Amino acid sequence: MSRLYNPFGSLIVSFGTLSLMIFLASSSWVLAQDFNPKTLILDNGLQIVVIENNRAPVVTQMLFYKVGSADDPYGKSGLAHFLEHLMFKGTRKNPSGRFSEVVSSLGGKENAFTGHDYTGYYQTVPVEHLSLIMDLESDRMTGLVLNDESVNSERKVIIEERRSRVENNPYGLLKEKIDAILFLNHPYGIPVIGWQNEILELKTEDIVEFYKTWYSPNNAVLVVSGDVSSFQVFELAKRYYGKVPFRFVPHRERIKETSTRVEKKVILKDEKVGHPSWTRRWAVPSYSSTYKEKAFAIKIFVEILGGSLSSRLYTSLVVDRPLAVSTGAWYFPNYLDKTSMGIWVSPRPNVDINQLVISLETELKLVEQFGIKEEELNRAKNRLIDSSIFARDSLSGPAYLFGIALSTGRSVSDVEQWSKRVSEVTVEQVNSVAREILASQDFVTGVLMPKIKN
Amino acid sequence: MKQSSVIQNKTLFACVLCLIISFTQNARAVEIQEVISPGGVKAWLLEDRMLPITSVSFSISAGSSADPLKKSGLSNMVSLLLDGGAGKFNAEEFRRILEDRSIEMSFSVSKDYFSGNLKTLNRNRIKAFEMLNLAITKPRFDKVEIDRARSRILAEIASKRKDPKEIAEEALWSINFPGHPYARKTIGSNKSVGAITKHDLHDYVEKRFVRSNILIGVAGDITPSDLASLLDSTFPQPSNLEGKLFVETTFPSEAGGIYVYQLRQSQSNILFSHIGLPRGHPDYYGAYIINHILGGGSFTSRLYKEVREKRGLAYSVYSYLLPMKYSALWLGGASTDNRTASQTIQIIKNEWDRIHKAQITMEELSLAQDNITGSLALRFDSTSSISNILVAIQRQGLGINYINERNKKFKSVTLKDLRRIAKKWIDPDSLKFIVVGEPTGIKKGKLLKPK
Repeated sequence: MSRLYNPFGSLIVSFGTLSLMIFLASSSWVLAQDFNPKTLILDNGLQIVVIENNRAPVVTQMLFYKVGSADDPYGKSGLAHFLEHLMFKGTRKNPSGRFSEVVSSLGGKENAFTGHDYTGYYQTVPVEHLSLIMDLESDRMTGLVLNDESVNSERKVIIEERRSRVENNPYGLLKEKIDAILFLNHPYGIPVIGWQNEILELKTEDIVEFYKTWYSPNNAVLVVSGDVSSFQVFELAKRYYGKVPFRFVPHRERIKETSTRVEKKVILKDEKVGHPSWTRRWAVPSYSSTYKEKAFAIKIFVEILGGSLSSRLYTSLVVDRPLAVSTGAWYFPNYLDKTSMGIWVSPRPNVDINQLVISLETELKLVEQFGIKEEELNRAKNRLIDSSIFARDSLSGPAYLFGIALSTGRSVSDVEQWSKRVSEVTVEQVNSVAREILASQDFVTGVLMPKIKN
Repeated sequence: MKQSSVIQNKTLFACVLCLIISFTQNARAVEIQEVISPGGVKAWLLEDRMLPITSVSFSISAGSSADPLKKSGLSNMVSLLLDGGAGKFNAEEFRRILEDRSIEMSFSVSKDYFSGNLKTLNRNRIKAFEMLNLAITKPRFDKVEIDRARSRILAEIASKRKDPKEIAEEALWSINFPGHPYARKTIGSNKSVGAITKHDLHDYVEKRFVRSNILIGVAGDITPSDLASLLDSTFPQPSNLEGKLFVETTFPSEAGGIYVYQLRQSQSNILFSHIGLPRGHPDYYGAYIINHILGGGSFTSRLYKEVREKRGLAYSVYSYLLPMKYSALWLGGASTDNRTASQTIQIIKNEWDRIHKAQITMEELSLAQDNITGSLALRFDSTSSISNILVAIQRQGLGINYINERNKKFKSVTLKDLRRIAKKWIDPDSLKFIVVGEPTGIKKGKLLKPK
């Protein structure tokens, strides 16, 4: 538990246990610039991004499909994630187990993940093997073979995954219910992994149909990062992915969320909770939703409110008064539709959580009424802009950034101009979004409490 | 990435131990330099000009197991307080200097080591090293900061006491090492944390942060001469207090069995343990390959295939070797439906048994060797992962040339070696299983009581 560790922050469900979770949670608020990516769109519509990085003779391939759990048909939640698991079950050409065996024998590692808006598959291997993993990944774009036996066996795995992440994890459980109430109508309110009863009912035919509907080159983004030249990558991609035919893919129709103007509160008392914590979330614009022009101001507002150890919340609740042991704020702007921002706090032992929340709300009122200072704005900007240099100090991180951006309605130049956009935000813009968000009653409060046995 | 709970440190520790370097197979020389400052401070450096960033990792060869019994949790508390004010700066001033210059400084503790990491943009490098120097040589330990850290630790202890994974972890260590410091939690207890004083904290820094105890690794865009001059002004001068802390070498308890901790949940969290091999033992490489075949190779291991792939019993199932300074374990885990906990344990046991009976094929050996040797370069992902590797190699005493020898060591292991090592080291009856949940069908399980 670091001081800013956010127990409510995890987003994404992945195939394996080598979870991307931590990496995702931290990089999602660290976008970047100056990656100098090279791009190409193949004749079949596959978009390719290459990020050269010659630190070590290795390469990461990430293939994103622009489809996620928010595209699951109503009543069939968990479909996109289920398919992600089943993509490891083999094709006509490469039967079950072969994909992983080949990647492993190359010295590689691999995994996959599903979000609300995208599904991603990646491998990292020594660079000389790039063509092999392209061959494998392009093959399973259309060649997947499924049967009831493998589907039913994997269903049990997913139920165990759900137990670990949600049913037996109080933070996961509370987060799931907050999402459900924050997005009453929009599919972001439905968990990526799916509702238990619906996962149990999903049929092999449902999954095959979903696969055939959405998995095609014109609905995918290939990001390659590593010790490669873009020319070489483009040639290989043409050879392997180029032969996969274009196929019509439906437009992603998403239900619009409306404002409810009502405060909501979710409380979980659980035997597995030893210390209370509290969170509050608001639905706000993302980088791609309506009112997306507000996203950068929100980014900075959240940074000032709770993004660091000198933030408003940390200073007032942890440093100036001995009330909280940890507090912070977060915002996940990388969504296609309206997303959420949140704050959390955990009291010191012997501090009443209600007292703490009163102080916290007073702090929020101060920001709402008096706004932020120019100096705070500049400090936040500098930190965010510097973080974009640190974001480049990774092989898979930048590949993930581009993949996620391009699968959620943004362009390469949007990513490249991220720092510039951050630097252009004004005090007035921050104060305007802060007032709008904080004055609204449309939020969800979540409380996690120990369950005291009688 | 900044999370530093006990478990995570341990897992990290486990991963770092098996990291080994060499790009030799990819025909690219990686040159690690030993930099010695004018004042005699040593550091290993791997220059990397890709970005204007410098990463420093260092490690003190004593962790929470060297904490005094009545002050257990002392190392952890120090790790929380080093950036909480130093020299002329109070906590707020100190952290603000770091934040305004985007200097990332963090400290963590495992049972065997105290570790620190510094990552900075080169334009702030001099300041960053200066702040690190203050943190490790002149921490203030102001009362208000001690109170804050203590309350945070107490909240964390309360959380962990109810967390099934933490409960299993704690039981595993106390069953394996009764009476030994390894049985104690890194975080300490309410009582021991309550007993820690300002004097204890200062004393800790004075006695443990001495030059002869520190191992340093640096990566990024920095020249050896720039580094040399910074080393002297950053790390402590030689001191008379270079006493070694004593922790007794120990063996995990021998008897196998199943231990059950009843907790209301739909899933059983299972951990298992077996005696491991010390990192310096010649059989270590063979055992590492055996583990890869058993439960280390993520989607190709036997445990993965038998427990997850064939039967769908668990989302996660794994094993790993954990060589420590004063002992060695071979650990693993799985989480499964309460109703299949007993079956899952049986399958895991069967797999250990098959390995023990030398049922390993040539194909399995070559696949494991290919993965282990081929994956080397993948570990050099960021400047901080590189600086951490440089420290890990020093900690294990593997030598600067280890890099070029590592893959040869794995490649030279034969099937005959594996079979001999499996017979010699593996005893399926000595496996201990810790089960937290409401498992059904477990016979002869010993009941663990809440503490």
